[in-house]
Amino acid sequence: MAEHDLRNFLINFGPQHPSAHGVLRMILELDGEVVERADPHIGLLHRGTEKLIENKTYLQAIPYFDRLDYVSPMNQEHAFVLAFEKLLKVDVPIRGQLIRVMYAEIGRILNHLLNVTSMALDVGALTPPLWGYEEREKCMIFYERACGARLHAAYFRPGGVHQDLPDDLINDIEAFCESFPKVLDDLEGLLTDNRIFKQRNVDIAVVSLEEAEAHGFSGVMVRGSGAAWDLRRAQPYECYSDLDFKIPVGKNGDCYDRYLVRMEEMHQSVHIIKQCVERLRQVKGPVSCIDHKISPPSRKEMKRSMEALIHHFKLHTEGFKVPAGEVYSAVEAPKGEFGVYLVSDGSNKPYRCKIRSPGFAHLQAMDFLCKGHMLADVAAVIGTLDIVFGEIDR
Amino acid sequence: MLEFFWTYIWPPLLMTIHSLAVLVVLLILLAYLLYADRKIWAAVQLRRGPNMVGPWGLFQSFADMLKFVFKEVVIPAGSNKAIYILAPLITSVLAMSSWAVIPAAEGWAVADLNVGILYIFAISSLEVYGVILGGWASNNKYAFLGSLRSAAQMVSYEVSIGFVIVTVLMCAGTLNLTEIVNAQKSSYGLFGWYWLALFPMFVVFFISALAETNRPPFDLPEAESELVAGFMTEYGSTPYLLFMLGEYVAILLMCAMTTILFLGGWLPPFDIAPFNWIPGFFWFLAKFCAVFFMFAMVKAFVPRYRYDQLMRLGWKVFLPLSLAMVVIVAAVLVGFDLAP
Repeated sequence: MAEHDLRNFLINFGPQHPSAHGVLRMILELDGEVVERADPHIGLLHRGTEKLIENKTYLQAIPYFDRLDYVSPMNQEHAFVLAFEKLLKVDVPIRGQLIRVMYAEIGRILNHLLNVTSMALDVGALTPPLWGYEEREKCMIFYERACGARLHAAYFRPGGVHQDLPDDLINDIEAFCESFPKVLDDLEGLLTDNRIFKQRNVDIAVVSLEEAEAHGFSGVMVRGSGAAWDLRRAQPYECYSDLDFKIPVGKNGDCYDRYLVRMEEMHQSVHIIKQCVERLRQVKGPVSCIDHKISPPSRKEMKRSMEALIHHFKLHTEGFKVPAGEVYSAVEAPKGEFGVYLVSDGSNKPYRCKIRSPGFAHLQAMDFLCKGHMLADVAAVIGTLDIVFGEIDR
Repeated sequence: MLEFFWTYIWPPLLMTIHSLAVLVVLLILLAYLLYADRKIWAAVQLRRGPNMVGPWGLFQSFADMLKFVFKEVVIPAGSNKAIYILAPLITSVLAMSSWAVIPAAEGWAVADLNVGILYIFAISSLEVYGVILGGWASNNKYAFLGSLRSAAQMVSYEVSIGFVIVTVLMCAGTLNLTEIVNAQKSSYGLFGWYWLALFPMFVVFFISALAETNRPPFDLPEAESELVAGFMTEYGSTPYLLFMLGEYVAILLMCAMTTILFLGGWLPPFDIAPFNWIPGFFWFLAKFCAVFFMFAMVKAFVPRYRYDQLMRLGWKVFLPLSLAMVVIVAAVLVGFDLAP
């Protein structure tokens, strides 16, 4: 018999694949159903965010951060405002900090809900996403009631947040904190002890702690492997050091542990939000720093005071100047360590703004995680990595 | 001349009328069970489901059918055209033809075959050809993988379904579906039906039926998150409609089979008034719908098995279990001299 050229079955997974979570294109080399090689291709959602920011004033650059990880927009803004606030050396009033933390945690719930339920969808459970969306919708409405936009908030501003929250909203957020854990329990009832869900997730994509560190993982991807590494605790920013919360960690570093960690983090987020609500009722005062060279004066003041009008005009045309220097600031975004490396040349625009997105580091491990697993597990791995292309392609 | 008509023309004519009647009833029933399927699914997911076409969305299935029929048939350039068109026809025609032997009430079967159950078994084994041919002819890698999976899956679960049927046959002592139902008639009413005596087999049959008809958690051939739409990836318009039709008719067949083999077909739960005033057909329909409800609920609750897990369940759990039950049932029947 003549010699034959044998080659593996190549399959083009994405970019329009239903479980590619956006625009991931992956070349999979299959031996039967077993994945021999996974080769992720990125760049289909590249918008040149970093370069665009170099031509925008600091205030104008904030909305770009909403569009990075559009699943939890305010957490990205947070990293950026923290970065230039460090250079400006401004302090955020405590009420502003509480509001920021509260919305960052709402963002975490937004993200984890979508991730956990869509991961269930990836392994074929069709009901959890619908239940999750019901609750996500409520969180989106909290976004909308705070800043007018459901998704692209641009709510975190230099020196604080854009405007104060009405009391009704705070009450409604508290009510949500009461009702939401019940929905989480329902979701857990559907998934956590489900035999098929466990069979699909336990021992899939196991990452040891050393491997997680070697691949530059952060967030749930390291916590799932057993390290209690959380920037909110390791290098506290805002008022996280005053708040009480636990850091859930996994044991085996598989998809199932990461699912459990995410579920518990949502419970912890609810706990944090409750504390913020409690303190927001007591702490009154400005939500943004009162230095009008950085944050604009109120509209009311603007109508009467010439100086306020000038401040407003300067801030929204030229913007404020940031002292020369460089800074790296990172927040514990729901997906992991989201960092901004900012170089300022003393002008009103960043000289360079490098974004460190957690999803990028996670996606590069695709081949290492998928090798030897079956085709169906690829969907589960993509789910557990929690990738969103807005932040990976930037 | 008259004799010629009654001998050669009338019987086939009658058969055609019978078949048409069954098909029309079946397809209308299918339209509403599809609607029910979607409504149940929606209710679990806190949605409203179809509600726009007609009162409470009752005409949704017909609107969907018209939509598919009026769409252009797009045949992929690289496909094997003849087989591409043939595959959905095979699936749907075979699925519908197996209904010929189903007795919905005493003596209502179009063809009351002596080997009715073998006929159904033979036809449903052939159905896999539609899927394999469709996936292969599409010349698409996802479709190809889907049809490979489907072939393996259907073959694996057909084996355990076969053994389940063998146990029922041993109890009933006949291959005729009408007689199988009549064999379940006893003074114990619904406790005399085979679901109780053969309970493990009832469960195995139900789960294998899910696998056989590609319903979740065994919907691997068309697993959306892995294979996009599996063997149907390249299909649209009427060919797709035929695939869907075949799939749902096969699901209905499995519901009917469960009713006949385990739930006493058209028999009332207790042979006393007022239960036996209601015609048998309605009892059949009620049981049939109850089984379908279970099919629909399973879809809403479970994630999907992986390919190797599916094979493991079929060959390492169901096959030994059903094989053991065949031996046990045979031993009991012979040992206590219960064999019919």
